[in-house]
Amino acid sequence: MDRATVSARPAPAGAGFFAASASPGRRHLLGLEGVSRAQILELLDAAALYRERLQSGGWQSDALRGVAACNAFFEDSTRTRISFELAEQRLGAMHVTFGVAGTSVSKGETLLDTLKTVNSMQVEIIIVRHRSAGVPHFLAQHLDASVVNAGDGAHEHPTQGLLDLMTLRDAWDHRFEDRRIAIIGDIAHSRVARSAIFGLNAVGANVVVCGPRTLVPEEVESLGCTHVPRIEDALADADAAMGLRIQRERMEDGLLPSMAEYTRNWGLTVERVRLMKEEAVVIHPGPMNRGVEIMPDVADGGRSVIFYQTANGLAVRCAVLAWCATGDARAAL
Amino acid sequence: MSAPLVIRDARHWKTGERVDVAIENGAILSVTPSAELTSGPNELDARGAIVAPGLVDLHVHLREPGQSAKETIETGTRAAAAGGFTAVACMPNTDPVLDSPAWIEWVLNRAREARHCRVHPIGAVTMGQKGETLAPALALRNAGAVALSDDGRPIESGALMRHALEYAKLPGLPIVCHEEDLTLRADGQMNEGFTATRLGLRGIPSAAESVMVRRDVELAALTGGRVHFAHLSCAESLEALRDAKRRGLAVTGETCPHYWVLTDEAVADYDSHAKMNPPLRSERDRDAVLAAITDGTLDCLVTDHAPHTFEEKRQPFDLAPFGIAGLETALALTITTLVQPGHLTLERALELWTDGPRRVFNLPKVELAPGSPADLVLIDPDSTWTVDPEGFFSKGRNTPFAGWTLTGRVVATLCGGIVRHRDASAHSAAARERTGAAR
Repeated sequence: MDRATVSARPAPAGAGFFAASASPGRRHLLGLEGVSRAQILELLDAAALYRERLQSGGWQSDALRGVAACNAFFEDSTRTRISFELAEQRLGAMHVTFGVAGTSVSKGETLLDTLKTVNSMQVEIIIVRHRSAGVPHFLAQHLDASVVNAGDGAHEHPTQGLLDLMTLRDAWDHRFEDRRIAIIGDIAHSRVARSAIFGLNAVGANVVVCGPRTLVPEEVESLGCTHVPRIEDALADADAAMGLRIQRERMEDGLLPSMAEYTRNWGLTVERVRLMKEEAVVIHPGPMNRGVEIMPDVADGGRSVIFYQTANGLAVRCAVLAWCATGDARAAL
Repeated sequence: MSAPLVIRDARHWKTGERVDVAIENGAILSVTPSAELTSGPNELDARGAIVAPGLVDLHVHLREPGQSAKETIETGTRAAAAGGFTAVACMPNTDPVLDSPAWIEWVLNRAREARHCRVHPIGAVTMGQKGETLAPALALRNAGAVALSDDGRPIESGALMRHALEYAKLPGLPIVCHEEDLTLRADGQMNEGFTATRLGLRGIPSAAESVMVRRDVELAALTGGRVHFAHLSCAESLEALRDAKRRGLAVTGETCPHYWVLTDEAVADYDSHAKMNPPLRSERDRDAVLAAITDGTLDCLVTDHAPHTFEEKRQPFDLAPFGIAGLETALALTITTLVQPGHLTLERALELWTDGPRRVFNLPKVELAPGSPADLVLIDPDSTWTVDPEGFFSKGRNTPFAGWTLTGRVVATLCGGIVRHRDASAHSAAARERTGAAR
């Protein structure tokens, strides 16, 4: 895997000072758009092996000894941040984490200056989460470090996409072909949805998106999915359902009449989940609004693999970090 | 008194004839077939370059007063001369806003000191461009303002827009409308559509522009006021302008090179140099802009020259400001993308940068005839060059066209009979090419 193919797209030619990556040899994971099936499967295969090691207990590699990683979280995160930190420790990397509060970001320093400072302290991998879409691309163009996107605005969250694929691959007996997943909810504002759509397309699964028209972006089908307005139609005979978090701000923005209206029409209830195939599973990137987009009896029910997803997240991040540091996703096995 | 300046061996932009143009006291003395004049000491050898009235740009942000890190009147007008412009109209969204006669005079004084080209200030429609109370249109006109605009912002209140149109009738100033429904734009960063969806960026629908164009067409009808629509970017706005003209209303419109050359795909992977307002639109909109240029719906072309600092543009996409620098690429883009593919003749294309804008703002006519002001441009329409923003006279290096190879070069620009820009390399390149062609 080389940088040009795994980062979503190369920087456009002739774009002036944004054109060249500061360091063409670095490997970035900026998104799942444009990543090939083979590349995704290589990461998933490695992640499955990391999961075995992790489950055996007490596993610790020193493959990334001497590698410094910085988790730059400009937006709140619990599970993703902890998952990256644990992966870094398991692989033996040095790591530092910072959030917005208590850093020079709150003193008005530019994003680029802050991360250039970090970069200049011999940090090889920068894991970044930011509310602005495109920040990982921006950093990849300007810094001499590998950049891993841990979620940028409403754009992508590629490690979440990979862990969703890993979870589905287990549930689907390693066969993505002829499978169909329904993604329900706020597609417009969801980076999880975009990474899932790009990743599932790459491995050959079919994606249906469903939600109120105000939460489905323009020309969504060009991303590689089908838009179905009614949840019953979306779930009929599906092989999986993914619920997305519905945020209260959507009502303030005039995009939704009320949470109750959403739940009545698009909530994942036991009755609706039964419309799927018998062996179909339910996933959710979390954090869940129980009783809004997903009912508690679905979240905790027999088809839910939601808590299993989080464990896969750690394994996926081990594979991604090993690949970024060495070029080989299995380097720490 | 020095001898008259004679431009030798130029090609007349309308007739194509080889002419010599004699200039005295800032005005054209004579236009005669080449080589009939006796040789004089004060000559400019055009070597076959096209001679045309100087270009006019009705939509430029010179950024002074107050934003001199982005541009100054000195650098902006120098860039204009390099682009072949002998006159620019500058927008009042400076700091402070050009809403008083004193600031209009200040701009005119600075422009006179800079001496690169004529500057026609545009006064604000409302005080501070806040959209609350009217700026003194009569005093602004008396100080030298040629139009009124709150460019950068729409006039949100329909009632205030109506009153502004009514009031501007006495000074006889057009109101230049930046059309944007701010609630539809919300915090949009680029055109709504596939690229915005792919990149996870909030979209700006074209209706944010066209609903306001429709409103102001109706207000032009109601008031009989003079409306000029700024930087039109989408099919629906152009349809509204076409309808309004069919109804015989006193409305005019402009567009910019980027709206007929680029689409929102130019944003690619978050290139802030492709971020402007209104945003780059769809293929369909680009085609509509092109059609409105060729069928005469649009009255003139403008750059919306909006320089920003390197630091401001080198930010994540949603934090970078809107706008691109346009003065030094406009003519070459016009020749390369309108004339070369055959959409327009060179003469018609130049009209949209000369007679067209002069009519819209009622500026003094410039023609190749005795007595006309000697505001002229010499153009080599065949010479190619590569856009290098580092070579711009403008402080603004923010262009999506960096690295593009374009055809058409400004050989010289004369304002008031004085050479204000001369491109020695263009000249020699043009001469070389002709010699090569002759062989």
